[in-house]
Amino acid sequence: MNKLDALDRLESEAIHIFREVAGEFDRPVILFSGGKDSTVLLHLAVKAFWPAPVPFPLLHVDTGHNLDEVIEFRDRTVERYGLRLVVASVQDFIDDGRLEERPDGTRNPLQTVPLLDSITSNKFDAVFGGGRRDEERARAKERIFSLRNSFGQWEPRRQRPELWNLYNGRHRAGEHVRVFPLSNWTELDVWRYIQRENIDLPSIYYAHRREVFQRDGMWLTAGPWFGPNADETVQELTIRYRTVGDGSCTGAIQSDAADIEAVIAEVSASRLTERGATRADDRLSEAAMEDRKREGYF
Amino acid sequence: MTTLRDLPPDLLRLATAGSVDDGKSTLVGRLLYDTKSVLADTLDAVHRASVDKGLSTPDLSLLVDGLRSEREQGITIDVAYRYFATPKRSFVLADTPGHVQYTRNTVTGASTAQLAVLLVDARKGVLEQTRRHAAVLALLGVPQLVLAVNKIDLVDYDEGIFEVIAKEFTDHATALGYPIGSVLSIPVSALVGDNVVDRSAHTPWYTGPTLLEHLENVPVEPDPHHVPFRFPVQYVIRTNTAEHTDYRGYAGLVAAGTVTKGDEIVVLPAGLRTTVARIDTHDGELDEAEAGRSVTLILADEIDITRGDLIAAAVDAPAVTDEFDATLAWLSEKALKPGARVLVKHGASTVQAIVADLHARFDEQKLSTVATPGALQLNEIGQVTIRTAEPLPVDDYSVNRRTGAFLVIDAADGSTLAAGLVGAGLSALETDRSTTDGDAVVSPGP
Repeated sequence: MNKLDALDRLESEAIHIFREVAGEFDRPVILFSGGKDSTVLLHLAVKAFWPAPVPFPLLHVDTGHNLDEVIEFRDRTVERYGLRLVVASVQDFIDDGRLEERPDGTRNPLQTVPLLDSITSNKFDAVFGGGRRDEERARAKERIFSLRNSFGQWEPRRQRPELWNLYNGRHRAGEHVRVFPLSNWTELDVWRYIQRENIDLPSIYYAHRREVFQRDGMWLTAGPWFGPNADETVQELTIRYRTVGDGSCTGAIQSDAADIEAVIAEVSASRLTERGATRADDRLSEAAMEDRKREGYF
Repeated sequence: MTTLRDLPPDLLRLATAGSVDDGKSTLVGRLLYDTKSVLADTLDAVHRASVDKGLSTPDLSLLVDGLRSEREQGITIDVAYRYFATPKRSFVLADTPGHVQYTRNTVTGASTAQLAVLLVDARKGVLEQTRRHAAVLALLGVPQLVLAVNKIDLVDYDEGIFEVIAKEFTDHATALGYPIGSVLSIPVSALVGDNVVDRSAHTPWYTGPTLLEHLENVPVEPDPHHVPFRFPVQYVIRTNTAEHTDYRGYAGLVAAGTVTKGDEIVVLPAGLRTTVARIDTHDGELDEAEAGRSVTLILADEIDITRGDLIAAAVDAPAVTDEFDATLAWLSEKALKPGARVLVKHGASTVQAIVADLHARFDEQKLSTVATPGALQLNEIGQVTIRTAEPLPVDDYSVNRRTGAFLVIDAADGSTLAAGLVGAGLSALETDRSTTDGDAVVSPGP
């Protein structure tokens, strides 16, 4: 008998979680950004329900600050699996005045309102996210089933104890549950799984030449929304992205890792966390993530 | 030929438990730090914060104190999960705080743990709380215990002190039912790093493994294999395509034992028998599937099966009953009174239930039981009889941690009220103090 290795166990755990939600909730949805974690999430959902199709739609909270490669990948993936995609557009909320552009142009913090609005208007009761507990300290205490009140807020003291693999998804009308099947995965697990399963990703995760400029120690893509400002100079470098997020605050790293083997070698040897290296929004303050989660962020 | 190095790493789930100020956060921080699981930006933040606090060496406990409210108060509120890996194993560590709601947190961390690390301060030795933690870990069936005798540097690496603590703890664990070989004591200093990851030059008298060596090599059975096959049906997968005509598969995770193509099974609670025609996964058919694997079963006969049913080995099926004894660890601020109407979630099945009788409460101070306590308060453990509206196929928790476990849920607000363990597990916690305490305590006679 082939013994289950660590990745097999993580995969079986995630599939179990998907099936629990399918069995207990009326209107689940998978948050899908086209990033590597949500792509792995979708891959696991496909495996959980095969040979039947995934019984949930996808939801993308679109900041409007995307790299073309990611949107192209998103649409290609949705079509490949024959799924329905719901897009909650930050731009629409700005256009009709429900949200205001921030002075620094960063739109990651603006995603919360369209996300919650979409959850309410579509009556989604379970929302799958690709969050992992290894990402950051406030996430280390996140449950796999995370209860949110009708304002989408996370209250650390109201979370239920999570025992064995018996998940309690009960919630009142208007409340919903965020579900994190990748809770126990690390960044390296995700990459090893991508390699093992030969999962297609947006090309920006692998080294390529790109016009970038430096801000706050990060390399940002030069583009219509992201800058550069007058005092910032554009250079062409060989870079890759470690995470996908709002283009104005998600940085690339200088890297020659052009394929999956090279990326795994690089992640194994990295001395920086993926969020610390590439996400300005998490650097805002020590408790940045805790605050955003309380407000209803992913 | 495959060597050990080429084998993919397996996964060990462990929990930590300890009392206040015994240095648990520092120990966990040390494990992360010395296995190089902490990256430079996180470490920079810890160094900065340590300097701000006027410390000359980095305070490793800052690596694991998560929420701002905790850092402000210098306490840990809730179970936190940590991840580290070596070439041999990946580790999922449930870090459970000792002082606030310790039962709730220890029960949560222990429910999935294959091993628990208990901490004691070498200067204080085995405390009442250590005994209580060990009792809860025994109740939850955590198969392996490690006693980390911390701050060994503060007793001048004294072998005699270590041996006294190790013996006292081992005797207590044995009284709780732990067999020889499932309990190991290690002299450590989390602060300095002795015997956590690196072997200490200060304890030449200690010849056992370091904590990490033990975690890497301890034989663990992540899921019950040597017990009969159990498979809670989570979801019925149906489709009808050219490739899969009238497909009807029962999706779930093998909770215990192994299933092989052709096995005779019984579907409970209905009691109908058939055989396993196929074991499906997205990656292809399997000849057999072991505990821990998510699969889809195709059965030989068309039987009406829905979510919540249990597929079990026909030769050794669990009892189907609507009344059973159980131990409850009460996790809610709302006290339990006999007669309470609740929901029970067992496997993939949720049914209405009544807590018919409350027979006994565990007295954590005396490690004995109190008969007919009248109510069970937050963080108390009690022995009850449960009556369910529909029959459930249950195993005794001491035999099967998966199908012997259940949740007690508040039907009104949906909150989780208790962790439930089928059987009379509480009686095993009654250790005779006169044998475990040695000559340290003399109980007054009757």
